[in-house]
Amino acid sequence: MTQITSAHRKLRIILWSGAITAAVLTLGLAAFRMGDDPSHKVTYTGEADIRSQFSLTNHEGQSVTEGDYAGRWQLVFFGFTHCPDICPTTLAYMGTVLDELGPKAENVAPLFVTVDPTRDTVEILKEYVAAFHPRLIGLTGSEAQVAEAAEAFKVYYERFEEESAPAGYLMAHAGHIYLMRPDGRFEAVFLEGNQPADALAEEITIRIAKEMRS
Amino acid sequence: MIRTVLIAATLFATPAFADVTVTAPWARASILASRPGAVYLAINADPADTLLAVSTPIAKAAMIHSVETGEDGIARMSALATLPLAAGAVVTMAPGDMHIMLTDLTEKLLEGETFPLDLTFETGGEVTIDVPILGIASKGPVEATQ
Repeated sequence: MTQITSAHRKLRIILWSGAITAAVLTLGLAAFRMGDDPSHKVTYTGEADIRSQFSLTNHEGQSVTEGDYAGRWQLVFFGFTHCPDICPTTLAYMGTVLDELGPKAENVAPLFVTVDPTRDTVEILKEYVAAFHPRLIGLTGSEAQVAEAAEAFKVYYERFEEESAPAGYLMAHAGHIYLMRPDGRFEAVFLEGNQPADALAEEITIRIAKEMRS
Repeated sequence: MIRTVLIAATLFATPAFADVTVTAPWARASILASRPGAVYLAINADPADTLLAVSTPIAKAAMIHSVETGEDGIARMSALATLPLAAGAVVTMAPGDMHIMLTDLTEKLLEGETFPLDLTFETGGEVTIDVPILGIASKGPVEATQ
C-alpha cells in the first residue's frame, strides 16, 4: 500500500510579522509532517491475559456485558470525551476502518469505553459516539465497573491534575485499539498512526477470513 | 554597490526583523460544545522566536499541549507555558502530537467554518490567523484538498 505523504500539496498560509517597514513577503514551504512513520509498525500478539470481560452500560442506557457481543469480533478503545486530541483522532480512525470494512463490519462490534465515567454519562456518550460512526457503541458505568473492564483489557489509565483543563483534570491513557476474537480472547493491538485505516481494515479482514476457515 | 550592501546589512542586523511563518492551521470539528477542541498548525521562525500566548474569542482558554507517549503507549499531555522556536526549524502540531487545546468553547466547532486565533510571539509580535474547521475524521488540510 502507498502511504499518503504529500509534502507538496500543502495549504500554505503565510503570516509575516515585522516591526519596521512594509516588507517583502516571501513564501516559505514548511515540511508538514503527519506523524506517519511506516518503519515503526507496531503490532503485537499473544497477550494471554487480556480478555474482553465487562459489565457496563451502553449509550442507550442498557446494561451490557461481553456476552452481548459474543460471536462478533470486537474493536475496543478506551478514552474519554474531554480528550482533545488522541481520542477523537483514534475514534475517527476507527470510523474510517469500519467504512473500509464495508459489509464485513457486521462481524465487528466497535466499542468505546470511557475511563472518565463521572463526566461521560449515557447521554453524553450517545451524542459523542454518533458523531464518529453510526455503529460505534459507547460504554460507561460506575468507577468500579470501568476499573474492572480496564483490568480485564489490561488498559492503563490515570487521572492527573491539569489546571488548564475543564474541571482541573485530564486522563492519561493508552491509545491502543484492541482487536478481540469472537470468543472474547485477545487477537491484536493497534495504534492509530501506525498504519492507514484501509491497511487496518485489510488486516482485520484477513484475520476474520482465517478464523472462518478454521 | 556599497550602498546596497549597507542596506542589506542594516536589514539583517535589525533584531526586530522577525519572520514567523504559520502554515496549514486547522481545527477538528467538535462534537459537543462542552468538550475541548484542538487546533493544529506548523510554525517556522527565522530568526528564533518564542510563542508566548495563544487566544481566541471562541474559547475561554487556549493552551499549548505537548503529548508524550511513553514506551508503554501511555499518552500524557502537558501544558507548555511558552513554545521556543529554534531558528529555521519547523515546529509541527498534528493529531496525536502537539496541539493547541481550546477549552470552554462558546459554540460547537462546525465543519466548514473558520475562527480567528491570536498568536503572540516574543519578537514577531501578535498575529491573527483564520483557522478552518475540518471534518471530524480529517487528518489535516492536506486531505481536504484531495
